[in-house]
Amino acid sequence: MSNIPETGRTPRVRIRLVILQVLVLSLLLTLGGRLWYLQIREGDKYQKEASGNHVQQVVTPAVRGSILDARGVPLADNETRLVVSASRTDLLKMKDDGKAVLTKVAHLLGMKPADVIRKVRLCDAKTPQPCWNGSPYQPIPITDEATPKQALQIRERGEDFPGITAEPTAVRRYPGPGGSNTAQVLGYLSPVTDAEIQKAKDTDSPYLRSDQVGRSGLEREYDKELRGKAGVTRYEVDNLGRVIGRAKSDKAEPGSTVVTSIDARVQAVAERELDDAMKTARQTYDKVTGENYKADSGAVVVMEAKTGRVIAMASNPTYDPNAWVGGISAKEYARLTGKKSNYPLLNRAIQGQSAPGSTFKVVSSTAAVKAGFPFDGKYPCTSSYAIGNQVFKNFESENFGPINLGRALEVSCDTVFYGLAHREWKKLGGIHPKPGTQDPFFTTAHEFGLGKETGIDLPGEVSGRIPDRTWKKDFWKANKDYWCKVGKKDGTFVQKLSWENCRQGNLMRAGDEVNYSIGQGDTLVTPIQMAAIYAAISNGGTLHQPEIGKAIVSPDGKKITEIPPKVNAKLPMSAKTRDQIDKALAGVATRGTAAWRFGGWPQKQIPMHAKTGTAEVHGKQTTSWFATYTKDYTIVMTISQGGTGSGASGPAVRKIYNALYGVQADGSIDKKKAILPHPETSLPKIQPDGSIDAPTVKPYDPNQNDQQPEQNVAAGPPAVTTDRKD
Amino acid sequence: MAGTNGFSVSGYGPQRSTMTRLMARDSTARRLDWPMLLASLALTLIGAALVFSATRNRNEINHGDQYYFLFRHLLNAGIGIGLMIATIWLGHRTLRTAVPILYGLSVFLILVVLTPLGATVNGAHSWIIIGGGFSVQPSEFVKITIILGMAMLLAARVDAGDSEHPDHRTVLQALGLAAVPMAITLLMPDLGSVMVMVMLVLGALLASGASNRWILGLIAAGAAGAVAVWKLGMLDQYQIARFAAFANPALDPSGVGYNTTQARIAIGSGGLTGAGLFHGSQTTGQFVPEQQTDFVFTVAGEELGFVGAGAIILLLGVVLWRACKIARETSELYGTIVAAGIIAWFSFQAFENIGMTLGIMPVTGLPLPFVSYGGSSMFAEWIAIGLLQSIKVQRPVSA
Repeated sequence: MSNIPETGRTPRVRIRLVILQVLVLSLLLTLGGRLWYLQIREGDKYQKEASGNHVQQVVTPAVRGSILDARGVPLADNETRLVVSASRTDLLKMKDDGKAVLTKVAHLLGMKPADVIRKVRLCDAKTPQPCWNGSPYQPIPITDEATPKQALQIRERGEDFPGITAEPTAVRRYPGPGGSNTAQVLGYLSPVTDAEIQKAKDTDSPYLRSDQVGRSGLEREYDKELRGKAGVTRYEVDNLGRVIGRAKSDKAEPGSTVVTSIDARVQAVAERELDDAMKTARQTYDKVTGENYKADSGAVVVMEAKTGRVIAMASNPTYDPNAWVGGISAKEYARLTGKKSNYPLLNRAIQGQSAPGSTFKVVSSTAAVKAGFPFDGKYPCTSSYAIGNQVFKNFESENFGPINLGRALEVSCDTVFYGLAHREWKKLGGIHPKPGTQDPFFTTAHEFGLGKETGIDLPGEVSGRIPDRTWKKDFWKANKDYWCKVGKKDGTFVQKLSWENCRQGNLMRAGDEVNYSIGQGDTLVTPIQMAAIYAAISNGGTLHQPEIGKAIVSPDGKKITEIPPKVNAKLPMSAKTRDQIDKALAGVATRGTAAWRFGGWPQKQIPMHAKTGTAEVHGKQTTSWFATYTKDYTIVMTISQGGTGSGASGPAVRKIYNALYGVQADGSIDKKKAILPHPETSLPKIQPDGSIDAPTVKPYDPNQNDQQPEQNVAAGPPAVTTDRKD
Repeated sequence: MAGTNGFSVSGYGPQRSTMTRLMARDSTARRLDWPMLLASLALTLIGAALVFSATRNRNEINHGDQYYFLFRHLLNAGIGIGLMIATIWLGHRTLRTAVPILYGLSVFLILVVLTPLGATVNGAHSWIIIGGGFSVQPSEFVKITIILGMAMLLAARVDAGDSEHPDHRTVLQALGLAAVPMAITLLMPDLGSVMVMVMLVLGALLASGASNRWILGLIAAGAAGAVAVWKLGMLDQYQIARFAAFANPALDPSGVGYNTTQARIAIGSGGLTGAGLFHGSQTTGQFVPEQQTDFVFTVAGEELGFVGAGAIILLLGVVLWRACKIARETSELYGTIVAAGIIAWFSFQAFENIGMTLGIMPVTGLPLPFVSYGGSSMFAEWIAIGLLQSIKVQRPVSA
């Protein structure tokens, strides 16, 4: 073969080879540039993504802290139950979305397959309960009442139950010591929602997918303390989720214990007596409506007079708080939120508001003194009081002649307060007062803390209402169109009222003010507000912010954060007025409207003070109010459509005092039977290991202090003058 | 035939000891392009480390032996280097005479792939399973025979001194020669290999000195062909999905966009110096699919960082730069065309492979030369190096 000379290459080929070389160079430079961009410029971003990629978190839920009563008795704690759960992610991988497996599980657990399938579906706007409103990635509990045998079957035959787990889990429990229930005060838990997770994401206590959140009551108020911190174990995983290593992990921290001022024994007594009083009222004939009292709802508050701490708080109708544990059933949920059951979830001690009736007269008396009417002055207690052509009658048209304010409180004389309020109203300019005029009858009510929340450590408290001029104006603006439309000068009561409201609803008429002075009309208060006021009168005038939480104890017992009593205000009264009212309220219990309920009470040893109230509500039966105090305690009870203050609530309140102090039917005091002769001042003893020993609680026997038969409660009061009920 | 046991050639001088012959100034070994050889070797060894890192704990594919892929990669490299030596020994000019046979054989093999004897791997029906865990991908060898065939046709008249440039008839013949295996490969469908073939055809034509009209026409035809392939629905669903994921990687991060997203995370997280060999979480956690083959560059990116991954690009640059030098300096057009074809092949395949891991090219199943695990590609690449070396040493046709 011939040797080919070096000159064989044409310029065209030479140029093209240079082009090829340049192309190659530019391709390589492109790669280098892109590599620099990804690794150097954007490196941090991808590093973060890489670590998010290969780290999986396994959440160990923190054990929720207990809620204890004042002596350490658990009101809410945890128990270990065998929880059977289903993993949606696994179920959805099956051809039938896991129906066959769920059916098998249902048969094993003795449940209806349809119920099980419903429990594991996700909640949305269209899906009714039961459904799962937690994270779809979290195992969904089917039951928390599996037997060990069922759990073992599921665990040992894993291949038969793919996606189903059976694990012992700490489950919330409300043990109800001594027959107490405390439902509305404790509240309940339910799984955290996506919206809440988002909202709490950047706060110092973010939620985890598995969290249960307090929805009401103490569970909600102290949720942050009770919840603790879930443990997070971070595993390095491969693309199939197989664990290949372990990264930094956080141990679970159990939640703190909340010690409350509630005494489970007193709570049980209060609940039982409230219920009994309502049952009795339902057997009592109401002369006005011609049928038995409905007694549809009621509340009672037992408070430490000196600190504002709540020892018992009951609301009726009530429910079993354990109904929420492990997911609530559709039927139960409908029952708890329905009108038929009259909303048992409401805590009527802080969320029920009604006109206070004559229990309000301590406010009116103070206002009258502030307006310049001497407490010991003489005011006519006539059978009726006329303003223009309107006649305001005294209760049952009684006539006591000229009496001082103390006696007016004792016998609950309405006309005395009508007169004082009317005189003050006229003095301030009547229906058209000078601008900026402050009416002491209204300012005093505000100074007593009415018209706004007390600030008790429970969520959802309502404010009540003081119908002063400002409120009337606002209310009229909002309603005048309706009133003017339906109002008729000569129509029915409602039409007439609307017609008047349309014309003058924005103004404070004389009738409005006199009605207000005896706690009627548009005035609204809550039982907790009245308890705070009567406790303040008892303790010398300090209006406390009512409290249930007493201390937060860390899980190891080392850190105890006490919650000291807080003062909201001082009552707007001098020490002298305080003493005068105090004396008058003692008179109510001994010779006034409540005397017939405190027959044989050891008044010398335990001075009792009381005020009755019977509020009228248009179209309904009267509301029973009964506000009482000793030097230690204040008890306020109210029963909606229950009758008179002393009639419906009197015996129940007395029985609570009997139990507290150990007062026997004959008036003697059996100290051994007294469950709480003095308020509990110390915290329960905390052991070095952080545990708290709880004394045992005996159930309440309502007859233990009643060796002698009770005086004809159901039959109504004997016809003596001191039996007057108001 | 003499000299079967060395690089010396019969009739080239007196018999000398092997060592002396190797070290002699005019010996073949001394005249080899050592920078290219060493760069290729370095790439192969880096590849071995990366393949080992990607497979040492993948028990589901490494048969419980963490060295399974490492050993095979090195074995492939050894065979490849042997093939290179054989190629140098035979010389590209000798092979020129065997081109018709080699071409026919390779086309026959890719036709076999289309029969039930072929196997499908990752959507491409481009493999022949030999048995015993071995398989061949004939399309890798077709790349070489196309280059050799085109070079033979295009250079024949020019090297004979009959004309300055290949005429239209010759170009047409050369294109026809390339079109047959390309059409078969498209049927597999192995789109990545077809793209490489288009590029090496372009490279060969460019270096042959064929008329500009042919070059531009071929580029236009390639574009039209791409549109036709797309419009006529000749692409499988997985191929369309790959392109869609390339256009928008966020489209379906757990589906078709998964590869590209995970690859980019792996490379991006490497930073300047990387996580260290065997310490990349993306690699250890096996988040990047096909990591020992098509996505081997992600291991380098994550574990060796910009320094290591950049070094791979640099070494490829050395190989290609030396190849360009050889193409420019060889005296005959045949060698120039062969070299240019190999340059086009290597450079496009490297750009496509690294580019897809960096998210600037769509995903296709092309290995990274020397680095990726794979026998057929490794053999073909080392044979190509052998051809380049042979062009460099300019050995005459053996007897």
